[in-house]
Amino acid sequence: MSTVSAPRRSKLGWNILGLLVFVVVGFPVYWMLNTAFKPAKDAIDPDPSLLPTSVTFSNFGRALDIADFWGPVGRSLIVSLAVVVIGMIVGLLAALAISRFAFRGRKIVIVGILAVQMVPLVAMIIPVFLLLNDLNQYDRLSGLVITYLTFVLPFTVWTLRGFIVNIPKELEEAAMVDGCTRTGAFVRVVFPLLAPGMVATSVYAFIQAWNEYLYALMLLSQKNQTATVWLGNFTTKHGTEYAPMMAGATMMAVPIVVLFLLVQRKMAAGLTAGAVKG
Amino acid sequence: MSAADTTTPAKVPPTRPSPPPRADARKPPGRRGSGSAGTPWLLLAPCLLVLALVMGYPLVRLVTLSFQKFGQSQLWGFQPAESVGFDNFAGVLGDGEFWQVVVRTIVFAAGCVILTMVLGMVIALLLQRVSGWVKTLVNIALVASWGMPVIVATTVFKWLFDSDYGILNAVLSKLPGVDLIGHNWFASGPQGLAVIMLLVIWGAVPFVVITLSAGLTQVPAELEEAARLDGAGAWGVFRYVTLPILKPIIVMLTTLSVIWDMGVFPQVFVMRNGHPEAEFQLLTTYSYDRAFVVNDYGQGSAIALVTVLLLLGVVAVYMRQMLKIGEVE
Repeated sequence: MSTVSAPRRSKLGWNILGLLVFVVVGFPVYWMLNTAFKPAKDAIDPDPSLLPTSVTFSNFGRALDIADFWGPVGRSLIVSLAVVVIGMIVGLLAALAISRFAFRGRKIVIVGILAVQMVPLVAMIIPVFLLLNDLNQYDRLSGLVITYLTFVLPFTVWTLRGFIVNIPKELEEAAMVDGCTRTGAFVRVVFPLLAPGMVATSVYAFIQAWNEYLYALMLLSQKNQTATVWLGNFTTKHGTEYAPMMAGATMMAVPIVVLFLLVQRKMAAGLTAGAVKG
Repeated sequence: MSAADTTTPAKVPPTRPSPPPRADARKPPGRRGSGSAGTPWLLLAPCLLVLALVMGYPLVRLVTLSFQKFGQSQLWGFQPAESVGFDNFAGVLGDGEFWQVVVRTIVFAAGCVILTMVLGMVIALLLQRVSGWVKTLVNIALVASWGMPVIVATTVFKWLFDSDYGILNAVLSKLPGVDLIGHNWFASGPQGLAVIMLLVIWGAVPFVVITLSAGLTQVPAELEEAARLDGAGAWGVFRYVTLPILKPIIVMLTTLSVIWDMGVFPQVFVMRNGHPEAEFQLLTTYSYDRAFVVNDYGQGSAIALVTVLLLLGVVAVYMRQMLKIGEVE
């Protein structure tokens, strides 16, 4: 009897700690949702109730009223989708080159791609701003798309490489023995196996582009702002109205968090492929 | 291109031995494959081209800018940019405020990294010991906070810590002897930066926990068992078995965290409504301020360049680790 209850009691202690972590980590998300759905007057109650009081959608209406919401969201969508499409095509080609070919300079290319990933983007904002200014791309979505490729591309190449090396070469070789060309083997054998990884990588790249703030702020004028800048500027004549702001935050975050939940497992697998064996 | 094609085969025979074994295994001998020397470069070309344009060129420009006088009139093209040698660096490095910012940035980043790694490790170890349903709950919370856009998280924290209606002040004031009603967390730099640090850590811990958890599943149970039989306590097992096995992952996570936390920008910028006070300036916001508020792009670039140089050592460690991992395949 005691042998059963001892481990159970120790598990109880751990579980309580675990629940504490759950509450602390989850609280900001909970409070965002809680505020977004509560009547605006309850949001400025000096003695706020931790549990939901009553549910209302009026904050969402107010958030949409305060400033144009769909314009920024549309622009964010255009930019993010363009970045994903270009990033995936260009990134896949490069990932294939460094994972399936042995060639001179391969290592230098890998080092280069990793190094590029490490340059803090914030440090680059001044020259990038001047470059787009010179190219007449300031305040254009195309300028922003090309800029976002700096951080999406190295990431895409590196992650896709991780997925590709996990597909046994023997499968391709077998297809080629059976008479496929190299391209044919890729399209018929590798590509179907790579597809889930590609979907996950695209979603992840999309999220990164969607969440970007600094470049969007600097490279587009107020009238062309994206969704993140929209939220960052969320103030009204009456100061910050927190309830509608949380409603805006909810609208921006929920789709992204859901997407993220869907692909996170797959990504973690790709990112850490072989990490422990090192 | 064609020159490369003709020169490499001529030189190659001695160095070739490494590719052929693969090539032989891959296909029946004598069929295709001779034209493949240029293929990888062709595949890489678009990627390298884009990176050269949006990364290579600006990087070079960053260096040249930091040696130039570049203000409004140069921006609009009224005056050509003229070289000023090390004037920008002299101006930046000779400024006492700059060194305050450097120290503040390093302390801030170090705090973020250390707390993120320690908390991440503790939570990852905890997750191994809890029941399945608790683990699921914690994982959902972690992934939700990981997926939150930085700007959203920042606005949420701004609201949590609001001086008048923030939930934190209200809850803390319920504790006996604490009265924080109306307390402004951002009145002083250190306190405000501590809040921002909390925000950064909250966003960074999930990635660390999830990566470490994945790593922990790879630690062979027999090894831990053996150590325990040899009389090692919980700490001993962790210190001499778990930690060494996880070391590659920890190095990778730590270096990445350093790079990310030295680059914190939107959190400070949005928390302070677009105009961080002097006490809140980190290297990133300081460089931004110099360039886009004071309109001295030269000095702004010099500050950014100093930041990049500060990070070089960390980057080198990270790259070595990643290459080691990469070599396995």
